[in-house]
Amino acid sequence: MTLLSIEGLGISFGGLKAVNDVSFTVKPGEIVSVIGPNGAGKTTLFNMISGVYRPGMGKVVLNGEDVTAMSPHLLARRGMCRTFQNLQVFQSMTVLENTIAGYHLQESGHVLSDLLNLPASRRRAKAAEAGARELLKRVGLERAAEREAGSLSYGSLKRLEIARAMALKPKVLLLDEPAAGCNAVETEEIDHLIAEIAASGVAILLVEHDMKMVMRISNHIVVLDHGEKIAEGDPASVSRNPAVIAAYLGAENAAG
Amino acid sequence: MRLTPKSVTLLALVVLIALSPIFFPSGFYYRIGALIFVNALAVTGIVILTGWAGQISLGHAGFAGIGAYACALAPVHWGIHPALAVVLGAAISAVLAWLVGRPILRLKGYYLAVASLGMGILISMVLNNERELTRGPDGIDVAELGLRGVLKDAGLDLSNGQFWYFFCGIVLILGAWLALNLRDSATGRALRALHGSEVAAKTVGMDVARLKLQAFVISAVYASVAGSLLALQNKFITPDVAGFMHSVEMVTMAVLGGVGSVAGAIFGAAVLTLLPQVLTVFAEYEQLVLGAVMVLVMIFLREGVVPSILRKIRGRGE
Repeated sequence: MTLLSIEGLGISFGGLKAVNDVSFTVKPGEIVSVIGPNGAGKTTLFNMISGVYRPGMGKVVLNGEDVTAMSPHLLARRGMCRTFQNLQVFQSMTVLENTIAGYHLQESGHVLSDLLNLPASRRRAKAAEAGARELLKRVGLERAAEREAGSLSYGSLKRLEIARAMALKPKVLLLDEPAAGCNAVETEEIDHLIAEIAASGVAILLVEHDMKMVMRISNHIVVLDHGEKIAEGDPASVSRNPAVIAAYLGAENAAG
Repeated sequence: MRLTPKSVTLLALVVLIALSPIFFPSGFYYRIGALIFVNALAVTGIVILTGWAGQISLGHAGFAGIGAYACALAPVHWGIHPALAVVLGAAISAVLAWLVGRPILRLKGYYLAVASLGMGILISMVLNNERELTRGPDGIDVAELGLRGVLKDAGLDLSNGQFWYFFCGIVLILGAWLALNLRDSATGRALRALHGSEVAAKTVGMDVARLKLQAFVISAVYASVAGSLLALQNKFITPDVAGFMHSVEMVTMAVLGGVGSVAGAIFGAAVLTLLPQVLTVFAEYEQLVLGAVMVLVMIFLREGVVPSILRKIRGRGE
């Protein structure tokens, strides 16, 4: 059963095709990774899927429904949530509040009830807080709950973002470079966390630079270069694919 | 039971309002106190809109004008009780805020500042120019609320100054309680979240445009009720209540005290209401003082006085 299906997605910026005709699918419990050299269009593709950019062509189908260019808050209601490469955390709120924010859809009631602090509002807030503390324990941040999010280390913020996304109980989770900027220990922790989330039946789409991590945890890999899909398959076959090797070597030569 | 910041703020407010009269040298100070409470109420609305939702309004005095003139006009023309006129003014302000905010708050950026500026000027022009109805710039009489008489019959004889001091004080406590409730609720958390990162707020399912609109409507009601209270206690009102300078005054009070904090807003309102009363020289240079306060706070205490001090205290405690 396919949960998320990307069909011929493409976008141009000022005549330049940043992403062109990319298609693939993600099933529940599966970890699909999108890899490619810098500037291959990975984050652009992500932004189209998550409703930040409006695609110039193609479709995004979630659970049988066409959700192309749908606003992120409506995608969240349909069970799709994402994290960001350049961290989008609510800096001046506490770690706990950040996580509770992930319960917004489950927690929010009528604004008048919130103003008057009616029992219904209090009950929902309490349930959200309990859930959030549980999640913080799962990602190993329970001791930092009352701290301001802005004071956390980079690796902790990455885990906080994942905890907040998990609070939505998503069906599809898009992770944009969850291990970027993390040290080896932190990367391994995030690694375990992602595998655990996938094992609970969530479909995971991953953009990641850390090739070891991608090879270790992915079920399926999609390779982009210059905005086009040049290969896809399981980790072993992709790593042997001549087009993939050429793309990466080419990129390295250009960089060096 | 552990004291939450919310109960500390409310308790401090109740104690201050109840005990300050002990130190009043004359009855005149009841009047200044009532003025502070009215301004603090309006500024609490600014905290919700600007401090939490991150939206700027430069026309909030327009809502105060609606609240004030509802109390002046509705009892005369429709014969409704002044207390109901307060509710009517708040309802009109809420509807107007919704109509102005709905198209504007879908856009990203600070368009609300411009739109609300225009709205405030329009309201002020209408109040100045519709002489048939509002008597224009000379101002208009406002009916007696009548609650003081009721209290007197019940055996509680307060002077006019005392009555408005305690009445406005109680309304402010109520307003602060509602705002503090909101702060830690799902709605308040969402407002503060979208201020921090709009894109992240959307990805967790927050309807950003709708939340901003809620904040704008709620803050408009605060300003409207403040305007009504001002008109009722003065028994007289001029269109200045809706003027641009009054809008700027509200924002400055919030910024001075700390735009993210209800306690800060009340502090800022107290300082900037007291200054021109205590030192008459400030009354002449009010605009200069407001401008200087804005600039200095932005340079030295960007979070405002109260949050900055609290941070210092906490920092030392650790």
